[in-house]
Amino acid sequence: MLTYLVTMSVTAGLYALMALGVNLTWGMTGMVNLGLAGFFAVGGYTTALLTKSGAAIPVGVLAGGAVAAATGAIVALVTARLRADYLAIVTLGFSESIRIAASNEIWLTNGSDGIAGIPGPWRGTISPLQFNLLFLTIVVLVLVAVFALLHRLGVAPFGRVLRAIRDDEDVAAVAGKHVLVFKVKAFALGAAVLGVAGALYAHATSFIAPDIFAPLLTLNIILALVAGGVGNNAGAVLGAVLIVALLEGTRFAAPLLGFLSPAQIAAARELLIAVLLLALLRVLPGGILPERAGGTARRYTSVHKS
Amino acid sequence: MTSAIEVAQLVLNGIMAGAILSAPAIGFTAIYAVLRFPNFAVASHMTVGAFAGYVANVDLHWPLLPSAIVAFAIAGLTGVVSDMVALRSLRSVGLIAATIASVALTIALENLVRLAFGNSLRDYDLPIQRDWRFIGLRVGPQQLQDLAISAAAVLALFGFLSFTRLGRAMRAVADNPVLASIRGIDTQRIGHLVNFTAMGMAGLGGMLLGLDTSIDPLTGFRAILAIFAAAVLGGLGSIPGAVLGALVIGVAEELSQLALPPDYRTVVGFLAILLVLSFKPSGILGLRT
Repeated sequence: MLTYLVTMSVTAGLYALMALGVNLTWGMTGMVNLGLAGFFAVGGYTTALLTKSGAAIPVGVLAGGAVAAATGAIVALVTARLRADYLAIVTLGFSESIRIAASNEIWLTNGSDGIAGIPGPWRGTISPLQFNLLFLTIVVLVLVAVFALLHRLGVAPFGRVLRAIRDDEDVAAVAGKHVLVFKVKAFALGAAVLGVAGALYAHATSFIAPDIFAPLLTLNIILALVAGGVGNNAGAVLGAVLIVALLEGTRFAAPLLGFLSPAQIAAARELLIAVLLLALLRVLPGGILPERAGGTARRYTSVHKS
Repeated sequence: MTSAIEVAQLVLNGIMAGAILSAPAIGFTAIYAVLRFPNFAVASHMTVGAFAGYVANVDLHWPLLPSAIVAFAIAGLTGVVSDMVALRSLRSVGLIAATIASVALTIALENLVRLAFGNSLRDYDLPIQRDWRFIGLRVGPQQLQDLAISAAAVLALFGFLSFTRLGRAMRAVADNPVLASIRGIDTQRIGHLVNFTAMGMAGLGGMLLGLDTSIDPLTGFRAILAIFAAAVLGGLGSIPGAVLGALVIGVAEELSQLALPPDYRTVVGFLAILLVLSFKPSGILGLRT
């Protein structure tokens, strides 16, 4: 049971990390990312390939973040001058293309069988519980570091420019800010956080496969962010913890639905997540911890204008 | 070396595939034109249509054409209801909220279908027919029938938009919703109408897609990249553009097989989106950016 709780906490930490990454681009800059699973996958595959051919784990994780950042910069460059809906289309398309490439480039990714045996720190020499506790510590440390960095950025001039771009791009441009550069930087940084999360995931579970990066992952993270409060980093973390608790909680409800087949139970869980997101968007659009400063309602509507 | 006949065969297959694709692409672009947001739920409505047609065709033993009409009607009705329940109130909140809600909606509907029908592949009840051959090219009678149904639906839609009062009202709302409502057009009613027609086209497209192969809850989602690509290529919001875009994407996907493994067909759509957005963001026939 303890091992289970620790593993669950690792998942929650990784979800929180992803929610923070998305919050930087969506919450602060107003750029939606419906392909976050793709950046997560890029980070995971990068470190899996590097560490399996001998690189040290921290090197792999950093490289995962860097490759994801570069990919994010390209996606942002193509769409930054267009309306927000194009970004939604391109990011969703991006993550699907990554998944298809990962399923087909068997020489590189071992196709849909996935890559197994990704090294973890001292895996094998310590007990599974010790390993999970160690990994939880690593994830929490990374989470704290990223949280502090993003908080710092948020109050720094950089963060103020991002919010200005989100609220009105033209005004920010008139004020002499190079909007495109800021947008690309913000998107790349958000993608880097997603890539690091993906890399940590790969080392935590020792296995990655294309199925893990399905659109449902993206929906989970967006749900976490919407639940916690778009634009608020503490809300992103809180939302992630709540979502993981909910996802795991439904696992225990499964035996009660004994009349359903496993596939139907999986469908019912996905249905629950989707319906919950729809309900939240409608009932509690500011989330549990809405963004402070300047009134939630006004902020929220401005986030969502193109 | 690839022979000219082989290339011609691929182009022919591409046109057939593109004709089927044009129905959901029209749906996606029409909703964008009138309601002004990318509605990703087109994917699940294709699946809903495919399964509605399946129930009519296999469980009720209806012939193909009435089954296709059932696919259109059920998907269209689902479109109206799901929009009222899930999306309509969010459109006033903003573009991103409505877009994200449409992704959640598509996953919700897809899983409702999975809950009811399970994950297994299902085939329609169709007579097996021998391919026709002429000058070395092969054509399946079934494919020709699909092409005809899709083309008829597209032509009917064009006729509706050009010659009927309601169709013209729909175009007026797409051009300028404020002006249209000042002129006394009921924009809410037009919203329902566009949802019904667009999701109906998506449902029909989903069924036609399934006639060629088989259907499962992911039938619609697998086609989503090609549909975006068709709509973006033709210019988001342009219905003739969506048809043209679908034909180009269909042919490009087939021709990509000359150079790439067949599974990469879907990636062709994504590459097309990137190219169009980099060089001509308004698309071939689009006006708005």
